[in-house]
Amino acid sequence: MSLVPVTININGTPTPAQVEPRMLLVQFLRDELELTGTHVGCDTSQCGACTVSLNGEAVKSCTLFAVQADGMDVQTIEGIGSMDDLHPIQAAFWEQHGLQCGFCTPGMIMASAEIIRRNPDPSEEEIREQLGGNFCRCTGYHNIVKAISSAAAVMREKGAEAGQAADD
Amino acid sequence: MTQLPDSNYKAPDGPQKYIGKAVKRVEDPRFITGQGHYTDDINVHGQLHAAMLRSPYAHAKIGQIDASAALALKGVHAVLTGQDLADAKVGSIPTGWLLPDLKIPPHPAIAHGEVHYVGDIVAVVIAESRALAEDAVALIEVDLEPLDAVSLGSQALAQGAAEVHPEAPGNVAFNWEIGDAAAADELFKQADHVVSLKIRNHRLVPNAIEPRASLAQYQRSSEEFTLHTTSQNPHIHRLMLAAFVLGIPEHKLRVISPDVGGGFGSKIFQYPEEVIVLFAAKKLNRPVKWAARRSESFVSDMQGRDHESEAQLALSKDGKMLALKVDTIANMGAYLTTFAPAVPTYLYGTLLNGVYKFGAVHAKVTGVFTNTVPVDAYRGAGRPEATYLVERIVSKAASELGMDAAEIRRKNFIQPEDFPYQTPVALVYDSGNYEPALDKALGMLGYQDLLKEQAEGRKNGRYIGIGFSTYVEACGLAPSALVGQLGAQAGQWESAVVRVMPTGKIEVLTGSHSHGQGHETTFAQIAAEEFGIPMEDVVIVHGDTGKMPFGWGTYGSRSAAVGGSALKMALGRIKDKATKIAAHLLEAAPEDIEVADGQFKVKGVPEGGKSFFDVALMAHLAHNLPEGMEPGLEAQYMYDPKNFVYPFGTHIAVVELDADTGHVKMIKYVCVDDCGPLINPLVVEGQVHGGIAQGFGQAILEETVYDEEGNMLTGSFMEYSMPRAEDLPMFEIDHTVTPSPHNPLGVKGIGESGTIASTAAVANAVNDALRAFGHHHVDMPFTPEKVWRAMKGGVQDLGQAADD
Amino acid sequence: MYTTPFDYHRAVNLDDALKMLADNPDAKLLAGGHSLIPTMKLRLASPSALIDISALDELRGIRTDGDMLILGAGVTHAELLYDKTVAEYAPLMPDMARWVGDPMVRNRGTVGGVVAHADPAADYPAGLLTLGASFKLKSAGGERVVGVDDYFKGMFETALQEGEIVTEIHIPRQAGKGAYEKFRHPASHYAIVGVAALASPEGVKVAMTGAGPKAVRLTQVEQAIGSDLSDENIKSATENAVDAGSLLSDRFASAEYRAHLAGVLAKRALMRVK
Repeated sequence: MSLVPVTININGTPTPAQVEPRMLLVQFLRDELELTGTHVGCDTSQCGACTVSLNGEAVKSCTLFAVQADGMDVQTIEGIGSMDDLHPIQAAFWEQHGLQCGFCTPGMIMASAEIIRRNPDPSEEEIREQLGGNFCRCTGYHNIVKAISSAAAVMREKGAEAGQAADD
Repeated sequence: MTQLPDSNYKAPDGPQKYIGKAVKRVEDPRFITGQGHYTDDINVHGQLHAAMLRSPYAHAKIGQIDASAALALKGVHAVLTGQDLADAKVGSIPTGWLLPDLKIPPHPAIAHGEVHYVGDIVAVVIAESRALAEDAVALIEVDLEPLDAVSLGSQALAQGAAEVHPEAPGNVAFNWEIGDAAAADELFKQADHVVSLKIRNHRLVPNAIEPRASLAQYQRSSEEFTLHTTSQNPHIHRLMLAAFVLGIPEHKLRVISPDVGGGFGSKIFQYPEEVIVLFAAKKLNRPVKWAARRSESFVSDMQGRDHESEAQLALSKDGKMLALKVDTIANMGAYLTTFAPAVPTYLYGTLLNGVYKFGAVHAKVTGVFTNTVPVDAYRGAGRPEATYLVERIVSKAASELGMDAAEIRRKNFIQPEDFPYQTPVALVYDSGNYEPALDKALGMLGYQDLLKEQAEGRKNGRYIGIGFSTYVEACGLAPSALVGQLGAQAGQWESAVVRVMPTGKIEVLTGSHSHGQGHETTFAQIAAEEFGIPMEDVVIVHGDTGKMPFGWGTYGSRSAAVGGSALKMALGRIKDKATKIAAHLLEAAPEDIEVADGQFKVKGVPEGGKSFFDVALMAHLAHNLPEGMEPGLEAQYMYDPKNFVYPFGTHIAVVELDADTGHVKMIKYVCVDDCGPLINPLVVEGQVHGGIAQGFGQAILEETVYDEEGNMLTGSFMEYSMPRAEDLPMFEIDHTVTPSPHNPLGVKGIGESGTIASTAAVANAVNDALRAFGHHHVDMPFTPEKVWRAMKGGVQDLGQAADD
Repeated sequence: MYTTPFDYHRAVNLDDALKMLADNPDAKLLAGGHSLIPTMKLRLASPSALIDISALDELRGIRTDGDMLILGAGVTHAELLYDKTVAEYAPLMPDMARWVGDPMVRNRGTVGGVVAHADPAADYPAGLLTLGASFKLKSAGGERVVGVDDYFKGMFETALQEGEIVTEIHIPRQAGKGAYEKFRHPASHYAIVGVAALASPEGVKVAMTGAGPKAVRLTQVEQAIGSDLSDENIKSATENAVDAGSLLSDRFASAEYRAHLAGVLAKRALMRVK
């Protein structure tokens, strides 16, 4: 089985590698790059623990071969924010107790970013429906829904501030 | 030795700085940034990978195993079979709870001779990569001669049923009984009304989102093993693996369970894969890792529930409950795993009294082997089964007698002055006050208005159901002497070490384990409270047998009540010694010293004093200590409470049926729980939320289904319905506070209450809605087709048989 | 978690893909991959080679030609859901797309993949039947356009010949209100039953997916409706309108139940198009 050369832009860093075609993007992230924040919770593309952003859109990195991401931008939980500079969604999950065991959390946060990207002001019902691809066994989703609502509000406010600053 | 405070609860003297506050969790920054450290995130130099060949048959004789093609693949290091383990005298995976006349068939980590369920391990490949190991598994040729199999408990008891193990004739693992049968019979004779119920509490897969994983390392020079594994209780794993299975001297095995992505019971047990990676690591002198795929989890994680029961409730004509009789068949699956025998017996039969004043309760349980994945503790473990049965039959009684479901409960509650309350099924309830929780929940619900809305709706083809569950549960598993009498091959105390460093920073070592519960926050709150020091000055260490003293881990909602209490007691020892040092330095009597905000002061003297840092430093410098005092500032406490704790409350579910499709929508959920004083309301409510979702999941969505040959028909998330965000409403939660007198924090467990209560509440709600169609009982899970059939089918009650 | 090994070919253009497909009869096309990859991970499919067409520009794009909406086969579910041209020309498409999988699946999965795979529980076939869509199929030897009525043959069975690729979906401009109603499997979220309805000047069309081996028009409902979309007529035309005889039956939903649901969903869809 020949290896295929790829260069994937991971969290802003062009990353060249030789990969076996059957290596999934999630395995590439976890096993080759030690970016273990992206998790694997199922093998039928349902739990969403592996959610990352590909060219700006959320995808399930367990349902994509690494070779397919050649030349593309991948953002993982490690790239969305850091302990010193939390993304508003990360901060909201913390603030609202939107996680317990933490295993689904990276995928939840990446999926939340997608929900807010598509609709900056989602209703509770929309949030619940749009979370259909992410399973959490700990929280009953209650505080996850609250976290996404509150993150969206913060991001709208920040967007408005940024817009205002640009106007001034 | 100083006199320790009595372990009985004392309410705090004044306002508390940390306990009771909704402190944001200390552990969260690493999880929200992708820095969580789970077992499968760990890779070590030279690591090999294991992949399992699992039986596709529920019952088969293992013949020739030809691994030559697998071994011929470059990079495959070994193929292991049951014979290899037998040759090396690897022991059977033990059962940690014994009952009289319990039949315990051998449970080898790799099947030997026969396989007993779909998923039983037949052979193992160890290879350079996981991909290669999986390729090699596909090349192993095994002769499996299928044998007759049985999957349903009652069918396993039938004449001529396939025999799962020759060690258990008739497939009976145990017969167990509790309560006074004669007394119950007598009360049934006096009854005006008897309610009968036949129910199935169907089987569930726990499905923690993190699949299980294990990584074993062996150091040849020191003959030491290290096992990273997804465990709720690393010491139990060490004890079982070392003493019973692999013969490793216990001090040569270190078990580490780092961040663990949910357990819900499924990570209590000692599993075959842990034996295999340890065995292979030594044999090959290389680290060996295994991580489950989800499809493996479905056939290898211990499962939950699976009871078939018949019950009768005797009542007087005014709705007073007299006695309850229960006969249960508990499907144990193919083997008896770690706590399995305790779950349908002492964690079930003893809870059948519920919150009611019964004259007598009698229960008989038959544990049965089948060719299915073993059944053991799953969130609630026995108590959800008991609560479903009791709360369902009480609601059915209300329905049959035409009484209000809330009022029949109220009428039969054990009263506050009755505590401690001796039930007819062995338990002594510590404390309780059930009516305020019910009233508060009814108020939150707006019960009377909702009843009107329901009646109005029924006229217009809108079917709303209101379901109650006024539960009590027993948790905080301990005391050791009692569980020992009941058959536990384990103690159930818990440990804490409080290690104060010279700079006044505190390291707390606990035998409890967090796999989502938030110990790093709540235990730090307890420790910081003791001295009023910043929480940042406390670190909680858990999940590593190389660091902590012995401990029994986390399950049965025992962390706060037992582990937290151990910490509280150890802190008392520190405080006592620190106070003496401070008194010595301040030239005052210890009883005149008070501590607040990290300062030791002489009472009534606001100036001066010694900081916690000053005292900690002096304890270590030992330049000026009271005469004869040992230097240092470290304490250990092994806490063994005097009783379980008994949280309780009222849960009310409101559902609406889609009259066209049978789809059940939960439109409201209200609950009032009483777990004593709340250490951190945020964490408590999070536990309740998740518990409700899991209980709801059982009532409406989740079901593990086997066909008669023992094939699992729901082996992936494509068939097994997990609760999603869209399935649930926002929950309305409140509390009452009735401290437990049995521990110094007064706390009761809350980790399982949500699950224990909610299945019954949701099931009662659906049944309440179905009363409009003439039903007194339809069994869960309420899949749309079943509900649709119930709605169109008229008066026929649907038991388990109607399911298929 | 690992598929069996395979050779990976990234097609540089459509002709390249067609040539590789002609040369490798055992190869599978990889577009969105949301049906294929999970099947391969469970080792239920083990193709020796994959031809990756997921990045081909020729298969992308949404355009119009007169009153015809032309979707590249590689258009994703999310594009269908959010694209303004699609909303203008065939609003029934986003009404179905919102039901497909979840946001992540919608960002990768493609309309062409759904058409080629012909999963009996897929959503689009119902709507495509009512819209009178057609599909451009290309092979190394040439191309042809097949109408939707002749395209879906059975469970995972279509008019696609060996060596052919679905390249475009042609949808005549939707001339009236359309609606899709779905009862989804609680675990997989696939359709237990889905019903699309379209009320155009030419008449009312109703089609059903999920319940049987392939999506079909509910002609008996269409006939009973005629052009009378009154509440009473919708109710009477849809009640017990679907025969359970040819429908699928499984543990979760019997044929009888699916037939009942089809009537209910037809009623709900028709109520929305009146």
